[in-house]
Amino acid sequence: MSQEWPLWEVFIRSKTGLDHKHVGSLHAADAAMAMENARDVYTRRMEGVSIWVVESKHIHASNPDEADSMYDPANDKVYRHPTFYVLPKEVEYM
Amino acid sequence: MSVNKLNYILQLADNALIIGHRISEWCGHGPILEQDIAITNTALDHLGQARSLFQYAASLYNELPAEERAAIAPNLNIAADQIADEDTFPYHRDAWDFRNVQLLEQDNKDWAYTVARSFFYDQFTVLHYTALRSSTDATVAAIAEKSLKEAKYHLKWSSEWVIRLGDGTEESHARMQEAINELWAYTGELFMASEADTAMLAEGVATALDKIKTDWFTNVYAILSEATLAMPDANAWMHAGGKTGTHTEHMGFILTELQYVQRAYPNMTW
Repeated sequence: MSQEWPLWEVFIRSKTGLDHKHVGSLHAADAAMAMENARDVYTRRMEGVSIWVVESKHIHASNPDEADSMYDPANDKVYRHPTFYVLPKEVEYM
Repeated sequence: MSVNKLNYILQLADNALIIGHRISEWCGHGPILEQDIAITNTALDHLGQARSLFQYAASLYNELPAEERAAIAPNLNIAADQIADEDTFPYHRDAWDFRNVQLLEQDNKDWAYTVARSFFYDQFTVLHYTALRSSTDATVAAIAEKSLKEAKYHLKWSSEWVIRLGDGTEESHARMQEAINELWAYTGELFMASEADTAMLAEGVATALDKIKTDWFTNVYAILSEATLAMPDANAWMHAGGKTGTHTEHMGFILTELQYVQRAYPNMTW
């Protein structure tokens, strides 16, 4: 068994109403310690108002080797963007 | 305004300075990166509290009538014609003029000792600052209000380490218990009233330490129980004297490092 504490991924909400964003990772023995370590490492300069931590092993990531088949097919599907609608002048920014 | 008030504020300020300095010695030496940052944050919190209190102490000193100031200046190792600022008290006094409790000058030794020392102190400061929020002195009340938020987090951190090590492996349990037992005899002083404590209590500036004591025992017992650690004897013999300038051998070593630059190059600034 490894002597290292498990790795955790840290997500911070920078202010109420915004979403949690991945900010980095850290080592901790359990969730309580991960939360405190996240507070001390990632929010000491007023970066956030809410923290999520999740053990890295619970994150399932897509395989970079499959990028060709995963993402390239979306490249020529312009009709998936709502760019063919004519917007009324009043709707300035969308 | 009185000399007692100045001494009372110096008790609070010296506590914050000395625990902050002790904890800061871990900077760059923490067991893992994350805890190194955590404990250094805490050291800076304590130093921040010390600054506010020393600034207040300096203003109290400067407001004293000239003859009273002259009378206590030699005791504070300050030139009689000198105006005090926040650096005067930390950098220009010698060990016997410091009024921190002896608990806080004790060695870091290992993580268990460091955690135990903070745990005993954090349990005290949370109760103490809570009570001081209703001090009749507006500055004391304001500093207590701000410091309480930090103290609550410090207590959460130290309590969780007491539980983690106490209820951990056989070795961590033994070492945590040893630290609790060894530092126990220094906890009594937190609740012994000095002349300044008594005088300030009468004016409503300070708070009754014996009232805090009961809650402190209850709260410490709760965490030690959860940590599967034995509570030392409540009636054990206790060290005393820090509040009136009697310190353990550690104090001189702390000041040697803390004051080195000011002693080598008096009044230098950068």
